Parts: sequence; structure tokens; C-alpha cells
Amino acid sequence: MATLSATQPGAMSAPRPMPDYVDGPIRAFAIATMFWGIVGFLVGVVIASQLAWPLLNLDLEWTHFGRLRPVHTSAVIFAFGGCALIGTSLYIVQRTCRARLFGGEEMGWFIFWGYQFFIVSAALSYVLGYSQGKEYAEPEWFIDIFLTVLWVTYLVGFGGTLVKREEPHIYVANWFLLAFIITVAMLHIGNNISLPIHWGSGFSYSAPAGVQGAMIQWWYGHNAVGFFLTAGFLGMMYYFIPKQANRPIYSYRLSIVHFWSIIFLYIWAGPHHLHYTALPDWAQTLGMVFSVMLWMPSWGGMINGIMTLSGAWDKLRTDPGLRFSVTAVAFYGMSTFEGPVMSIRAVNSLSHYTDWTIGHVHSGALGWNGLITFGALYWLVPALWSRAKMYSTRLIEWHFWLATLGIVLYITAMWVSGIMQGLMWRAYDELGFLQYSFVETVAAMHPYYVIRVLGGVLYLTGALLMAWNFYKTITVAEAHEAERDLAPARAVAAE
Amino acid sequence: MPTKIEKDSITGQETTGHEWDGLKELNTPLPKWWLYTFYATIVFAAVWVVLYPAIPVQGWTGLTGWTARGALPAQMDAERARQAPMLARLREVSAEQIAADPELRGFALAGGRVGFANNCAGCHGAGGQGATGGFPSLADDDWLWGGSFEAIHTTISHGVRAGESDEERGIAMPAFLTTGMLTQAQVNDTADFVLSLSGRNVEPAAVERGRELYAENCASCHGDGGEGNRDMGAPRLNDQIWLYGGDRASVVRSIAYSRAGVMPAWRGRLDPAMINMITVYVHALGGGE
Repeated sequence: MATLSATQPGAMSAPRPMPDYVDGPIRAFAIATMFWGIVGFLVGVVIASQLAWPLLNLDLEWTHFGRLRPVHTSAVIFAFGGCALIGTSLYIVQRTCRARLFGGEEMGWFIFWGYQFFIVSAALSYVLGYSQGKEYAEPEWFIDIFLTVLWVTYLVGFGGTLVKREEPHIYVANWFLLAFIITVAMLHIGNNISLPIHWGSGFSYSAPAGVQGAMIQWWYGHNAVGFFLTAGFLGMMYYFIPKQANRPIYSYRLSIVHFWSIIFLYIWAGPHHLHYTALPDWAQTLGMVFSVMLWMPSWGGMINGIMTLSGAWDKLRTDPGLRFSVTAVAFYGMSTFEGPVMSIRAVNSLSHYTDWTIGHVHSGALGWNGLITFGALYWLVPALWSRAKMYSTRLIEWHFWLATLGIVLYITAMWVSGIMQGLMWRAYDELGFLQYSFVETVAAMHPYYVIRVLGGVLYLTGALLMAWNFYKTITVAEAHEAERDLAPARAVAAE
Repeated sequence: MPTKIEKDSITGQETTGHEWDGLKELNTPLPKWWLYTFYATIVFAAVWVVLYPAIPVQGWTGLTGWTARGALPAQMDAERARQAPMLARLREVSAEQIAADPELRGFALAGGRVGFANNCAGCHGAGGQGATGGFPSLADDDWLWGGSFEAIHTTISHGVRAGESDEERGIAMPAFLTTGMLTQAQVNDTADFVLSLSGRNVEPAAVERGRELYAENCASCHGDGGEGNRDMGAPRLNDQIWLYGGDRASVVRSIAYSRAGVMPAWRGRLDPAMINMITVYVHALGGGE
């Protein structure tokens, strides 16, 4: 039996010729991820400021909170997160299958430009007043149809690469990524079945109405979190953390059990978004218990991410990119504990409709999705452009602390404001009168809204440092072949 | 690549023998605490499904019999029952009588504060301080329609120019320029005269020209000296309190186009006991008469 050790990375790999990987579109996705991240964070800062200072709505139909809010959520989830996921998934699937992307360069570029077209048309449509009024599914039917075609193409490209793989087994990252791609396709189609209000109209009616419509919407909405923001990003984690740590994955068995339990349990949890609504009690209870059962399956990913570092903890001191990834997994663990807690009906009666929900979402989005993406990019950008390392490690350190401090300010402000808001709404005096009016709760939240803006500004500043660092890495730092075994070896293309 | 199981020197675990792009996996068993916590959540789920409505069968609500639709009315009914005797008394007496009875007054001030915050504060401010643009302060003794219990009660019940059929509190000032009753020059002169009533420094010639116009067009409601008339809801013009602003342009605009601010009528929307409680609360804000 051979021996593995942390100091001899890849010692056992036999030198085999590498295929001619398709990397051009992945480079483009990396740049787009950075670009849309900054746009999304900036719009987030703008709408957070509008909540603190309503004058900033500018009294214009295009700039008020109602239209900019979906621009923010779509920009961070689908533009920033989506470009990160598609780009890294195409990178991962080729490397771990040892196969060139199915469909080649053309496939990659079609997915890239098609997805950018989707992002821009969705954002423009919101600002111009087109919306289905479904959270995270705002684009109207004509954009939905385009996205469906594009997404199926992506599935063909990803799945085709899996099919023609040279490795006998499918790596765990690809299970998660495939689950993400297939389920998002199913959710997208399921939640967007609608009929234009008349021939040629850009507006539409949803096929399911009333409480059925709400149920379908939150089946979609919750699993967008589950399969886009959780499964997809876990796929990213399963590739980049072992790469950064240069260690084997902690437990293959855990990855199997937590993969299937997540896939099975997540899809039922949506009704917890509809506690105390017209949704029948039995569906609410089921949504709640499935959410509670999700706790450990979610934590399986955290354990596998963090424990993969055993034997490589010292790298956290020297590699701020890895620090991003590990902190991301910690935030992931926190959010996936908080989520089941908030799904419990009694807790939800306090937390629902308050800023606590917003804080919860952002500990996941800023902490988990954002930081894991930054960690992956700090590894991927030098790899894609054949650089020995990033232009500046100090800037990465600065980015790390700015982002972390920003998240802490954001989520603690929202915890305090949300719990305070919930308690104020339900406060009765001894004579049986509600103690606070709605407007008093709004006034009480103002300071926390200002703190949130500050947190967002810090997070945005960190992202700007990252962009500058990438720019310098790509344009200034010397090309450095061969130093990293991960540099694309185009000269020895096998095909 | 052939399967090749290795032993990791750091953790002592074996790999699965697979490798992808240099990545390997250890075959570490599931952490016990993880597995048992997972089982515990499954047991919790099973118990909850039995206790609470979780099966779509008509009539089955779990062993506890709890339903959201059952729990809410139960809680609301309990609160209503607690307040019912007090509210019944508050409906039967006038606001003035409430204010005279310490027990009723204490209850009415607590309830009126909530009723005011939820229904009135949006325009009149959280402390009744009012706002420029036609939202009068309720915390001073400058009343448009009167500050007695009865007058406040009437204003809350009927609103102001709320379009009610009995025309209580329905009167409005004419728009003197729009209706052609005055020319723009006459409106300007009248405004100058109005400003002079509160001792403002204005052009004496304009004041003289405006004096007669005021007497003919305004004095019947606002009084010869601008003292106002609560029966008409005509504001005092000889003080420094201005509902729509006291600069010349604002006064000119008020005369030319009228303002006719509206307050909704609350009878029918609010329980009579609540209207009584808000009356007592507003009366106590500072300027009650």
C-alpha cells in the first residue's frame, strides 16, 4: 500500500497526456463573475441606502426600490453566482473527466454569450417594469423561454462531457453540479408555466393561481436556494478546497450519504416559506419537518469541506484564498443550522416577514456563496492565465478582512433589527393593546439599516480590490508555465 | 486509471483508490455524532408528523388537534373577551365622561395611543405634531374645528371634507382665482393684507388695496380681524401658525386655488369605543378644551 502525504502532492499520478481543454469561455466567465459581482453588490448598497434614506428612490419609476430590488437579487444570484457556477463547472467537469468540453469552443462560447444576453435582458426588463412578481423568478415568459433553451444547451455540454469522460468514476463535485443543472431546469420550467395576457403581450398570467401558485413559487424559490446556491456551490467546494489544501477529501462515504439525503430532502422543504398562510396546515408541517431533517445532510458538506484541511491547517496562515473557502464553509454551516431553526413554526411566527430573514439569506449569500466564489477565483484566475500566483497576496488579505467585517456588520444588524421588529409587532400591553404601531417599528430599524449599508460598502470595497488584483495578475504578472501542474498543457493535447 | 488504495499518513485513513485531476478521497466512516443527530432529526420529524396535521386526510389534524385556523381565533377571542367589558362601557358613555373617570381614562389613553399610532400618526405625526402641507398639529391649542371633546369626536367620526352625505365638516374655501372671483393682482393684494394681520412687514399700498377685497371675500368666514371661525373650519389668520406655509407665495396659492385638505371619516371603520378612546387621547395631547 502506498502512502499519501501532504508534502507530496499528486505523487501518485502517472503522467498522462491531457486533452485540449476549452478554457477561453471559462476565462470569460471568470471576468463576468467579477464584473457582475461588483454590479450586484453596488445595486445592493444602493437599495440598502434607499431603505435607510427613502429620498434615494429619486421618485423615478426606473430607480425605485421595487424595480431595483430584483436587479440586485438577480445580479448577485444569477449573474454573479450563475457565472461563477457555470464557469467553474465547465472547468471542473473537463479536468475531473479528463475530457474536452462536449461541443468544444463553440459550445462554451454559446453558453457564455447566451447567459450574458439573459442577464442583461432580465435586468433591463425589471427596470422597464416587466416582472412576473415571483421572487427570484421575475423574468417574463419571453426571457424564460430563452433561458430554457440556453440551460438545456448547458446541460448537454456538461452531461456530454461526463458521458465521454476518460476517468472510470464520476467525481463528487460533478454529482452536485449535475444535480444543480438538472433540478434548476426542472424548477425553472415548473414555476414559469404561464400564458401571455393577450397575443404578443410581454405580460403573463401564472398557470397555477392562488395558494397553488404560492406553493409552486416556494417549491421553486426554496430549491433555487437548495440546488443553485447549495448543491451548485458544494460542487465548487468539492473541487477547489482539496486543490487549495492539497489534501484528499475527508470522507467519500459522507459525500455519498449527504449528497443523496440533500437531494431527497431539500425538494420538500419549500412550504416553510408559507407558514401561517392559506397553505393547508399539513403542507406547512411537512415543509417544516423536512427542513429540520435537512440540518445534518447540509452539515455533511461542511464537515467534508473543513475536515479536508486536516494536515493542512497551516495553509490558512499563508494562503488567504483558502481562508476564503474555509470561512465560506463556516458561514455555510451557520446558515444551514439557522435555516432549519427558522423553519420551525413557532420560531417562524417571530422571524417571518422580518429582517431576520434578510440577515439569514445574506449570511448564506455573502458568507457562503460570495466567499467560496472568491476563494475559487483566487485559485482559478492564476491557473487560467498561467500565472504562478496572484499579483498581490496583501490585497487578498485586505479583501478577506473587508468582506468578513462587512458580513458581520450586515448579519448582526439584521438579526437585531429583525428580532426587534418581530418582538415589537407582537408586543401587547397589560390592557390587551398592541404596544407599537407599524411606523414605530420602521423608525426603530433605521440605525440598523445604516449599519447594513456600511457592511455592504465594506463588502463591495473588498470586491473592488479583488477586481484590481485580477486585472494586475492578468496584465502585469509574468506568465509562468509549468510551475503549477494545473496550467493547461496545450502543447500535449491528446486529441 | 486503475483503482489503487493508498493510506493517508496524516489521518491513517485509506483512500477509495480513485483519482481525478490529482484529487483523491479518503474512505473515512461517517462521524457518529453526525449520523445520530441525523437519526434524531428523523425521529423528531416522525413524532411531529403524528402530533400535528401532516397528512392530507379530511378531518385529521394530528394527535394534538392543533390547526392554524383554530389557534388564531382562540387567541384573538381570548384577547377580545379580556377587553370586552371595558370596551362595552366605553361605547356607552361620551368622551367627556370617560375623561372624568380615572379607570376609563387610563384605559382610553392606552387604547387611544395605539389607535392614534395606527390610524392618525401617518399624517399628524407620532406625537400629533402635524406636518407642513395641510396636516395640523393636534398638540397645540390652535384648533381648526374646535378642541372640545365633542368637536374632536365629530371631526374623527366625520373626517374633513370626506365626501359624507350629511356634509358635516364638508365646507371648503373657494378657489378665488380659478373661479374668476378675483384677478391675480387682487389675489396678491389680498394675500398682502392677510399677511399684515399677523404683523408681517408688507407694502402698505398693497395692504390698503387688499383691505376691501378681504372684507368682501374673506371676512365672512375668517373674521374681520382674521380671528377665524371654527364652525366653518376657517383657520385663524392673525397668528403665526400656518397650515400650508406662511410665506407670501403659499398664501397666494391658498387664495388662488384653495386647499380643501381632506381627512377620512372614521365612523364605520373604527369601533365607537376606539373613536372615543382616540378622542380622549387627542384631547390629552396638549390642547384639549
